[in-house]
Amino acid sequence: MFDVVANRKWFFIGSAVIIVPGLVFLLLGGLKLGIDFTGGSLWEVQFKQAVAPADAKTILGDNGFGDAQVQTAEGNVLQIRLRELKEGSPQKLALENAFRAKFGDFTQLQLQTVGPTVGTSISQRAILAIAFASIGILCYIAYAFRKAQHPFRFGVCAIIAMIHDVFVLLGIFAILGYFFNIEIDSLFVTAVLTVIGFSVHDTIVVFDRVRENTIRRVASSYEEIVNYSLVQTMVRSLNTSLTVVFTLLALYLFGGETIKNFVLALLIGIVSGTYSSIFNASLLLVVWDHQERDGILRRFRRGPATATA
Amino acid sequence: MRLKPWHFLIGILVLALLSGWIIYPNDNVNPLGWSWKKNLAIHEGLDLQGGLQVLLEAHPPKGQTVDASVLNGTKDTIARRVNGLGVSEPVIQTRGNNQIIVELPGLKNPEDAVKVLQETALLEIVSTGSTPLPVGTTITTTLGGPEQANATASGTPTAAGTPGASGTPAASGTPAAAATPAANTTATPTYNNGQVFQTIVQGKDLADAYPTTNQVGSLVVGFELKGAASDKFYDFTSTNQGQYMSVVVDKQVINSASINGAIRTKGIIEGMTPDEVNKLVLQLKSGALAVPLEVVQSRTVGATLGQDSIRKSIEAGLVGLGIVMLFMILYYRLPGLLADLALLLYALFSFAIFKLLGVTLTLAGIAGFILSIGMAVDANVLIFARMKEELRLHRPLSTAIELGFDHAWPSIRDSNISTMITCAILYWFGRYVGASIIQGFALTLFIGVAVSMFTAVTVSRTFLRTMVDAGVGHHPRWYGSDYGVAAQAAAGD
Repeated sequence: MFDVVANRKWFFIGSAVIIVPGLVFLLLGGLKLGIDFTGGSLWEVQFKQAVAPADAKTILGDNGFGDAQVQTAEGNVLQIRLRELKEGSPQKLALENAFRAKFGDFTQLQLQTVGPTVGTSISQRAILAIAFASIGILCYIAYAFRKAQHPFRFGVCAIIAMIHDVFVLLGIFAILGYFFNIEIDSLFVTAVLTVIGFSVHDTIVVFDRVRENTIRRVASSYEEIVNYSLVQTMVRSLNTSLTVVFTLLALYLFGGETIKNFVLALLIGIVSGTYSSIFNASLLLVVWDHQERDGILRRFRRGPATATA
Repeated sequence: MRLKPWHFLIGILVLALLSGWIIYPNDNVNPLGWSWKKNLAIHEGLDLQGGLQVLLEAHPPKGQTVDASVLNGTKDTIARRVNGLGVSEPVIQTRGNNQIIVELPGLKNPEDAVKVLQETALLEIVSTGSTPLPVGTTITTTLGGPEQANATASGTPTAAGTPGASGTPAASGTPAAAATPAANTTATPTYNNGQVFQTIVQGKDLADAYPTTNQVGSLVVGFELKGAASDKFYDFTSTNQGQYMSVVVDKQVINSASINGAIRTKGIIEGMTPDEVNKLVLQLKSGALAVPLEVVQSRTVGATLGQDSIRKSIEAGLVGLGIVMLFMILYYRLPGLLADLALLLYALFSFAIFKLLGVTLTLAGIAGFILSIGMAVDANVLIFARMKEELRLHRPLSTAIELGFDHAWPSIRDSNISTMITCAILYWFGRYVGASIIQGFALTLFIGVAVSMFTAVTVSRTFLRTMVDAGVGHHPRWYGSDYGVAAQAAAGD
């Protein structure tokens, strides 16, 4: 039987290898916030022929939008990020006329405008939503595992694994933002919350086994019980993860352009969620159990380790 | 009587047929000859059919505040204007205490629409002489015609014909004499033929409006006028007793009443149902304030983008479904095949529920549904893994099936509930952000998870039990490899 528990150090290192660079880029400001958070406009227009971004920028500059960013997309489409541009405003009309005069007729694919105050309140709500989700799940796990020996301990370990996944996701998008200018929007927050749900979903299945095996006393030590539970649930964890990854991959490869980054975030999160539920959450249970027994944390007697015992 | 597996099977079949009928797009298919029509449609969200989403924020002039009732009145005004834009499924909701969110799927000319929405409402009380005007009539007043008001006036008024079941309400001064509700009018609501109605007072002349009771204790609308306007109103009402007047917003009649007494500062309008009273109070309050609205957030999506995405997403969903089904058969053999059948039923049931609840389908919603396909398999995977374990312990097949389900249930329940908790929070977040996209995702994922619990536990189990009862599928190879002996032993007894 493969001993996951004995090799736990390596699995924690594995997580660190992903998270640490991510954190570095996060601190470097790699995470590019989209207009949902910062306010401003995203304007997507399709021309009849190819238009060079530089030409478009000149016109934008002439109309007082000198700091606009222009990107090209498939099918003669320009994605323009600029200050708040209101639908039906004179500024927009002037821009449209200038574009028409220079490049011919075009179709507006989409215009998203977010006011600056709305942007900041969305960021706050996003953080609140994630906090609420964590608390809600923590409470539910503590309730579901109330008959187990340390219900709160299960909850905390599940939340740590979940935070792990959130950081993996944030870190990777910080790297993607740093190198490929990929922005995050409110759909990214949706992906984070979904991943939270999935991660805990996965963790609970493993914990459920640990709980059952502890009651049935399948092995003498806690390490063995956890390891046995992990091996028992491994195939299931991988299979479930695989089926979800299959569907998401199909969506990523063949689905619409607009939700590509959303699906990518889900994919990364699901893979991370599976990893953390197998190689982090349950192993943390063992670490916690060890520390309590060995009295390494004796000086934290009134800390969490004993408070929940 | 003990329920047999095939009883469940019949139940599932009935459900499947019902779902199929709900999903079937043609409304005229009616196997039982009912005259009842489904009248159900899958609504396409903004990102799929294109359109406009605007978040409007009330910016009242200094010294004034916007409260919930004013905001609701403004919302009603906007809803009436939207009616004139020819959008089939508009969504208009208030958010917090100073924002209104408007979604107009399928809208063709967003520029004009934004202007129409932002227009401040003009409330007038007009004299209509000896005829009570039906609610919904579009008229020209001394302050201008409908074409100046906004695009709502497309020439054809959206008349309701008769002004409510209670008849035309009556206005009277306080203390009021017993009111005589005016006779029902069935006249055609076209008053565009050059007639100009006299505006007596307008929104800014109103000091307040509130629901109150008259002498006989019925709920009525109370209103108060400001200084100079009250004299003007007194002159008008004292000389026009027995005649009619109308409350008009954006040149559209929202209430007509007979004048039963002279009114100076305080008056009441009676003879309406409590609902109508509350609606009119909101209208008067918001009309009195005439709150300017600012666009703080907007999304315009062209129709082409959506149609392309819908096709791609459906293709992607089918590919994903295919791969998952293939994987299940290859890995779990016969139970895998049964799980696949359960998965197809899952898709059928979910779609039926989407249609029944009128879920708005968005791109993210489709993604949520496709994601839930992957997760729906999870319950089956859990059950089969447990079943295999029981078979390894040399339990007979039928026992292994039952134990497999029983042991897997706590994990299935706990894990799915945690997903549902996040869905609920997502829904809340989506409502706040004003993104129907996020709400759609949360709702479809929630329904998906709930239905998947049902299909995995009920449908897959019934299929397996029926198989065992029928004596089919005992061959070990149909369940995968290494526990053949046990399965064979089970088949033997």
